[in-house]
Amino acid sequence: MNATVLSGPHAVEPPRFPALRVRGLAGSSFKHEHLAAILDEGRQRRFFEVHAENYMGAGGPPHRALEVIRRDHPVSLHGVCMSIGGPGPLDKAHLARFRDLVERYEPALVSEHLAWSTHENTYFNDLLPLPYTEATLRRVCDHIDQVQEAIWRPLLLENPSTYLAFSESTMGETEFIWRVTERTGCGLLLDVNNVFVSAVNHGFSALEYLSDFPLARVGEIHLAGHAEQEDDEGDLLLIDSHDGPVADAVWKLYEIVIGRCGPVPTLIEWDSKIPDWSTLKAEACAAQKILDQHHREVQHAAA
Amino acid sequence: MRPLDPIARSYAAFSSALLDPERAMPAVVGPNGKMAGKRYNVYRNNVTVSLIDSLAAIYPAVQRVTGVDFFRAMARFHVRAMPPVSPLLFEYGRDFPNFIDTYEYAQGLPWLADVARIERAWLDAYHAADVTPLSAEMLAAIPPELLARAVLTTHPATRIVRSRYGAVTIFAAKRSNRPVGYIGAGIPEDALITRPDAEVVVRNLPEGGAEFLTSLMAGQPLGEAAASALQGSPQFDIAANIAGMIEAGAFTTINPGDIHAS
Repeated sequence: MNATVLSGPHAVEPPRFPALRVRGLAGSSFKHEHLAAILDEGRQRRFFEVHAENYMGAGGPPHRALEVIRRDHPVSLHGVCMSIGGPGPLDKAHLARFRDLVERYEPALVSEHLAWSTHENTYFNDLLPLPYTEATLRRVCDHIDQVQEAIWRPLLLENPSTYLAFSESTMGETEFIWRVTERTGCGLLLDVNNVFVSAVNHGFSALEYLSDFPLARVGEIHLAGHAEQEDDEGDLLLIDSHDGPVADAVWKLYEIVIGRCGPVPTLIEWDSKIPDWSTLKAEACAAQKILDQHHREVQHAAA
Repeated sequence: MRPLDPIARSYAAFSSALLDPERAMPAVVGPNGKMAGKRYNVYRNNVTVSLIDSLAAIYPAVQRVTGVDFFRAMARFHVRAMPPVSPLLFEYGRDFPNFIDTYEYAQGLPWLADVARIERAWLDAYHAADVTPLSAEMLAAIPPELLARAVLTTHPATRIVRSRYGAVTIFAAKRSNRPVGYIGAGIPEDALITRPDAEVVVRNLPEGGAEFLTSLMAGQPLGEAAASALQGSPQFDIAANIAGMIEAGAFTTINPGDIHAS
């Protein structure tokens, strides 16, 4: 690896990366343990997503790995802890670090969550749910405005997976998300597994949720595995665990979504019990097949 | 204090019980009148387990010494007492070595906190800024008469951890997958942690080396740093220590002393 491109007091200008298109592509989470296997394959028709916070150190191996990946592939920068749905103001230092990463790596996609993770001074390292009210809507919109102002581009906001609800809520999740996109102009990251998990956990229809969702604003799709537990009544409670393959029911929902949205870039998330690269790659290839199939059908219909 | 509005109260109630199993859960609900106890506990579990996991990722050698069950019990105490204040989890756990020092069940392993200090320094070196280290040529370019007054700039990755025990040997043994024989923990060891390029390097410093490097890192000129190292350790070998610090990449620049200064 070339050490001279790294930042530091005497370093040369940071590398500029090629502008790579992401439409119609499937991708996967980028995990450092897969770096050697990915580099062995050379440039692939694929994109990679990273959690922004893992690249907020000053230097070191994480940046070296991401620079190598970014040279040949589009990258999606996925923020996990901006706490956009939180009650307090955004962490200015964190927002600046996020903006710096957007500038440095020129990602094709930039996203964050409709959730919160910090309360007062404590960071809880989880995506916590929020009540859907006029007051939380105003605050979420303010926070998204601040992020978009900092990064000079639309943010993709991800729908959450949740296990419970708040009696304070005065509107449903899809209405809340509609109003956020209308007020802020942000795009959406539709996590199809989250829709499925929340639908089971709250007893609603995933298809109805999708027909109420502003699909025209979806700029990225997430797919991931989930785990099964039981709620207090002994009924099925799904956990958004990102530790296994995508469930068959989620693949079916995904095909429906692609039929309605077109070939939106699609990412396989796998964050725990990480398998070898060939297993993760096979999941991304399965998504790519569905995207390509859709493309062929559209071309055929137009012919 | 201004009374909290209902939404602020809701967030406060939700967050305050996440790391406190004794505290009553917030007024959240399941669908269609279902209970929310197990549902809220999913969040409690996610928060606690993920933070214990992040300590285990920062302190793998400590976990190999204690075993997984002991480590996770110890980490759970710490996570509940001192949850992270930054969303950057690679900054978390700075207080964990001091916590280990006071942890009742770890008193039989008096060197364990020092192993943790080396691991914490290892992660700081891993994420530190990339800067080209001072080379032997740059050092050789300084006229000999100016060398004693020369001052060095510390590399952002450089850390020193001093131990009254054999913490460096234990760290190295537990971070490798090799089978470990008897380790004499009683001999004091000092660690120099650096990252001259891609790999973090942990070295066991020779006698007087820690005093020497600590003085240099504090901005003392080379001559004074060597003198104070010699004072503490008559065996201190200046040539070997300078060669070692160059090889380790502990510094980035050397500024010659002012020839006119007396």
